[in-house]
Amino acid sequence: MNRAIHPFPGGLQIPPQKELSNSKTSVITPLPDQIILPLQQHIGAPAVPMVKTSDKILKGQVIARADGYVSVPVHASTSGRVIDIGNYTVPDPLGLKAPCIVIEPDGDDAWFEIKPTHDYQSIDPKVLQDVIREAGIVGLGGAGFPAHVKLREGMENIVDTLIINGVECEPCISCDDRLIREKPAYIVNGARMIRHAVQAKHCVIALEEDMPEAYAALKDLIDDDIELIRLPVKYPQGGERQLIKALTGKEVPSGGLPIHIGIVMHNVGTAAAAYRAVTRGEPLISRYVTVSGEVKDPKNLQVLLGTPVKHCADQCGYEEKDGQAIILGGPMMGMYVNNMLMPVIKTTNCVLVTSTYNQNPELPCIRCGQCAEVCPAELLPQQLYWYARAKNHDRLREYHLFDCIECGCCSYVCPSNIQLVQYYRKAKRQITQDEQTRTGADQARQRFIARNERLAREAQEQNEEMLAESDIDETDKQSFIRAAVERTRAKRAQMKNSENPDDHDE
Amino acid sequence: MAGILIILIFAIAIALLLNSSRSETQEQEKLVELVDALLPQTQCGQCGYPGCKPYADAIVQNQADINQCPPGGRNTIRKLANLLGREIKPLNPVHGKEGPKKIAWIDEDICIGCVKCIKACPVDAIVGAPKQMHTVITKECTGCELCVAPCPVDCISMLVYVQGGRCVKLEPVLRVPS
Repeated sequence: MNRAIHPFPGGLQIPPQKELSNSKTSVITPLPDQIILPLQQHIGAPAVPMVKTSDKILKGQVIARADGYVSVPVHASTSGRVIDIGNYTVPDPLGLKAPCIVIEPDGDDAWFEIKPTHDYQSIDPKVLQDVIREAGIVGLGGAGFPAHVKLREGMENIVDTLIINGVECEPCISCDDRLIREKPAYIVNGARMIRHAVQAKHCVIALEEDMPEAYAALKDLIDDDIELIRLPVKYPQGGERQLIKALTGKEVPSGGLPIHIGIVMHNVGTAAAAYRAVTRGEPLISRYVTVSGEVKDPKNLQVLLGTPVKHCADQCGYEEKDGQAIILGGPMMGMYVNNMLMPVIKTTNCVLVTSTYNQNPELPCIRCGQCAEVCPAELLPQQLYWYARAKNHDRLREYHLFDCIECGCCSYVCPSNIQLVQYYRKAKRQITQDEQTRTGADQARQRFIARNERLAREAQEQNEEMLAESDIDETDKQSFIRAAVERTRAKRAQMKNSENPDDHDE
Repeated sequence: MAGILIILIFAIAIALLLNSSRSETQEQEKLVELVDALLPQTQCGQCGYPGCKPYADAIVQNQADINQCPPGGRNTIRKLANLLGREIKPLNPVHGKEGPKKIAWIDEDICIGCVKCIKACPVDAIVGAPKQMHTVITKECTGCELCVAPCPVDCISMLVYVQGGRCVKLEPVLRVPS
């Protein structure tokens, strides 16, 4: 089947540098001394711990449950003992610590009881969704959005096309490439399973032209039911919106979701993990991670979640040197970190060691306009830059800051070395934070008003009561008093009568 | 004829005057709302007014300056100056210092259930009943500190609010009641 390719606007040709790591078979990483599992490895609410310190746990056991709909549980990635629940360094752009469960492996790697489901086609899609959720599966492409939420959207709407995204456009990263080459059956069957769940009319697996081995591996397994498409290499083609544009020619509206135009997209890793979870009952406890850059033996590792990044780098002959930067993710969108204490989490796709990062000072913008030419979201990076510097949030919104996918093309081409995308990230964070404070303040205002109204009402009621009492007629008052006096007298007389017989008895 | 004309002119003048004064008050009310929207709504009274709305009123009527709100700090002063076309000035230290957002926390082991803090809270963010333990609804607390002083057993302390809803204790909580 031939599908027309619709190139997306902007974008760049960047040296892919995948040959560093994609030719070697992936290696299973040996057990580390400590497994650190953050409660939040996904977008949404953090999971809630279900174990205590010094509890014995087994591999695959749920150690933290999902909190709310947009949340997934966390599973132990090996057997052992919980040694601490507390704040540890996690992959975070600001270097913050976050709540984690720390496990000391016992070396047995003993499994918790797991329930495989052999025939996914006979299962109700709703049940399938629950299984995928209970397995803790999130988007493994980078953002970490809970997979079951996307599935649910797919079930509730009519899905035209299901896209399985194998376009690994970011330089240096080859974990999806290796996964496809080594476990193509998981991906193809995972694609079929998700298609069954969302009842998609078409199903596409998309790759880039520089992955011939992966293409060959998948080609052997697919029938006519799945389209396997190879796209010309271009960064950032793996971006959700960009890939949709390339494959269907449709654009996801600003602020909208792919499902609004009848499309569901999952990463190849997510499809494989979902298939594994359903047919083998294994939750998401490991993933492929590329270790590349200036290490002796760059390659792909199969890493248990929670393994410290340092342990992974050590497997590939990492040596600490001055002037090196560690990047989690790729060179374009990755996050610079200043130590390697943090663990590999569900969204960690690459550990990159480099000393060739941009250290040149920022020069003034010369308004050359190259950033606007390469922007795949067709924004005006220059204007955004000025407004971000001026902290003009209203203007930033007008210029659609939130449509920026943070691909970094603008920073890459800037002749003045301006790290444009960092300004946008900061501005986005600032705006979201401001919004939160604003909604908090609005709520406080409402509560303050409500309280004042309540106090006024209570005061008025009290006043009215007092007025009502003073309204009683003078004669009425007298009669009240008389009646009361009569009542007491009668009572006393009665008491006397009842006391007398007692006296008599004595 | 001239008399009628004079009366007519008078009437029109009075009508105009009334109209303008009415629209002026309306405009002022609108302005108060805009100013109020920029204030942090802690309702702490540090500005010297019993709540954010009264302070907004005072600002619009030129009775109060724009630099009297410590919880809002520099950011709020900048926004107010922009809105009202006034000059940016530093926070008036008479009213307090700018600091991170805090929230109140009740040491539930020590609380005797006197309901004094509940009465002091301007946003009804404390739950409890007489002789029952009280607790702060963290999400609703504005950090105004108005509940701290009335507590007879000093069981309320202010915690610094850290990103992501996690809190760090700011100061040792207690003086043990004598």
